[in-house]
Amino acid sequence: MSTDTATTPAVAKPADTPHVSLAHTDEKRNWSSIIILTVYIIFLMVPIYWLIVTSLKDNLEIMTNFSIVPNEWTLKNYRNIFTDESWYSGYINSALYVVMNTVISIVLALPAAYAFSRYRFLGDKHAFFWFFTNRMSPPAVFALPFFQLYSAFGLIDTHIAVALAHCLFNLPLAIWILEGFISGVPKEIDETAYIDGYSFPKFFVKIFVPMIASGIGVTAFFCFMFSWVELLLARTLTTTAAKPIVATMTRTVSSTGVDWGLLAAAGTLTIIPGALVIWFVRNYIAKGFALGRV
Amino acid sequence: MLELVNVSKVQGGQVHIHPTTLTLERGSLNVLLGPTLSGKTTLLRLMAGLEKPTEGRVRFDGKDVTGVPVQQRNVAMVYQQFINYPAMTVYENIASPLRVAGEGSEMIDREVKKVAELMRLTPYLSRTPLSLSGGQQQRTALARAIVKKASLVLLDEPLANLDYKLREELREELPKIFAASGSIFVYATTEPSEALLLGGNTATLNQGRISQFGKTITVYRNPRDLITARTFSDPPINTHTAVKDGKTFVLAEKEAGGKGKPHKITIPVPQHLAAIADGPVTLGLQPHHLSLEEPFEKAPTLKVRTQVSEIAGSESFIHVLFGDKRWVMLAHGVCNLDPELDIDIHLDTRHLMAFGADGASLSGNAG
Repeated sequence: MSTDTATTPAVAKPADTPHVSLAHTDEKRNWSSIIILTVYIIFLMVPIYWLIVTSLKDNLEIMTNFSIVPNEWTLKNYRNIFTDESWYSGYINSALYVVMNTVISIVLALPAAYAFSRYRFLGDKHAFFWFFTNRMSPPAVFALPFFQLYSAFGLIDTHIAVALAHCLFNLPLAIWILEGFISGVPKEIDETAYIDGYSFPKFFVKIFVPMIASGIGVTAFFCFMFSWVELLLARTLTTTAAKPIVATMTRTVSSTGVDWGLLAAAGTLTIIPGALVIWFVRNYIAKGFALGRV
Repeated sequence: MLELVNVSKVQGGQVHIHPTTLTLERGSLNVLLGPTLSGKTTLLRLMAGLEKPTEGRVRFDGKDVTGVPVQQRNVAMVYQQFINYPAMTVYENIASPLRVAGEGSEMIDREVKKVAELMRLTPYLSRTPLSLSGGQQQRTALARAIVKKASLVLLDEPLANLDYKLREELREELPKIFAASGSIFVYATTEPSEALLLGGNTATLNQGRISQFGKTITVYRNPRDLITARTFSDPPINTHTAVKDGKTFVLAEKEAGGKGKPHKITIPVPQHLAAIADGPVTLGLQPHHLSLEEPFEKAPTLKVRTQVSEIAGSESFIHVLFGDKRWVMLAHGVCNLDPELDIDIHLDTRHLMAFGADGASLSGNAG
């Protein structure tokens, strides 16, 4: 009996040791990654948390106390926004030109991206790159010429003006992302459709668009986001009728000081559409960042 | 009847297809045989109308269809890659050509179910192609080609990406299915054995040129030139230069291994080559006409040195060196010879082929 107990662990040990140490390091790595991630996420979320919490306090509390949780919860700020037309129309204006821009960008980018992906023509690579360089110039450069041109055509303070202006950087992006997705579709599928008898427009709408639906979704997301957060062009080209929410937010400075609570509530509401859209395209977003080339 | 008249294709200064004239009869099975990049796909695309020939005309049933877009050509095509519409169900994939043609939904339903039954796709009709196995995906593509009842069916290495068993099965079924339809059937492949199994007619294609077109078995037995013989032989045909001198071929070559003095080897000229003129020729012999056993009495023998033995189950390929030329011999059963072994092999000269300096065949009938 005693020999038994002595030999069994001795035999088992060499086989077990590497296994145990492996599990040990695995666990260690696991813990450290959890801690690092947690710290990082907290670091990212603090400003957002602060924004939301601030929006639920009244101005007096914001100015006097430093409280992590509101002493007195209030929805007054939100009520203000939803009842005051000059506030909520800002959201409607923003949403309108963002949707317009997204639709224009995709409708124009789809055929362009298809051409860049499927056909070789003189200067195609240069044109493709030149499109993208449009993204590299700051919008401020274009603010003045845009203002003058849009004034000349009487487009100032319309939604379409902002939507068109945002095409400056959204259209190249849309073309780039869609080109990646389209190049991932073998051209034999196009040919099979022609052989089956589809005309080009019919093939494009009935077969091709459903095939790259996820790419279109991702593109729409990027167009939506960039247009939603852009302030400079949107503010330059509008005065009242199409004033975007980001411009309205600068209105909270009044003679009585800054209405911090209202500003925070407006900010919170501005984040929500983006978060919603991210939720819908979360599965494709990595592919979108790689411009479809995965 | 599909006619290509002096059709050529030049793209970016590169000649893909040299002027080619080819006539394919209605209801015939035609194999395009050639190595990769020989122009098989380009030729199929020219036939389909997916590409316009640089020069020449394409006629279908006597009508010039050279510039007619593919939508109006009544062709069907299946690619090597499994090409289906990923966003549609298998049912809709198969139904697609009928839907475009504006058929009634009752007729579509009947036809799709019939073809699905034939291709054994019935249980998968409501699934999407990408959720199926490779074989099922390719059967979907084939079903779409069948359901269309096109007068020209083009298959571009349709079975190359399938596993062995499925390939055997489909290869047997496909000609039967399409033969019943009376359409012209063109099948591109890189494998000589596939061409032989399919039968029908074969066009051997090499570097954008059709070297020979005729009944598959005729092309195989009587290649018109060395290029055809090379294209239509797997493993590659064994060749050697020789000089015909009366009743003998003289092979002036160093013996196995390439060392020692050049050695003159003579082979008696077989009956079917007796008529050719004296002078330099290139001799060709298929791997299965070299053997370890004597095929007939007093068959000529050669000394060779073994290199590698590849065992393929019921047969073995033995690579040997004759002089500085690498030859392949087919042996029955499992035959594993050590490398660097000097052995005697027999030539079945009844099947010897002879080619002139320009590569043209000199053999009347190598049978």
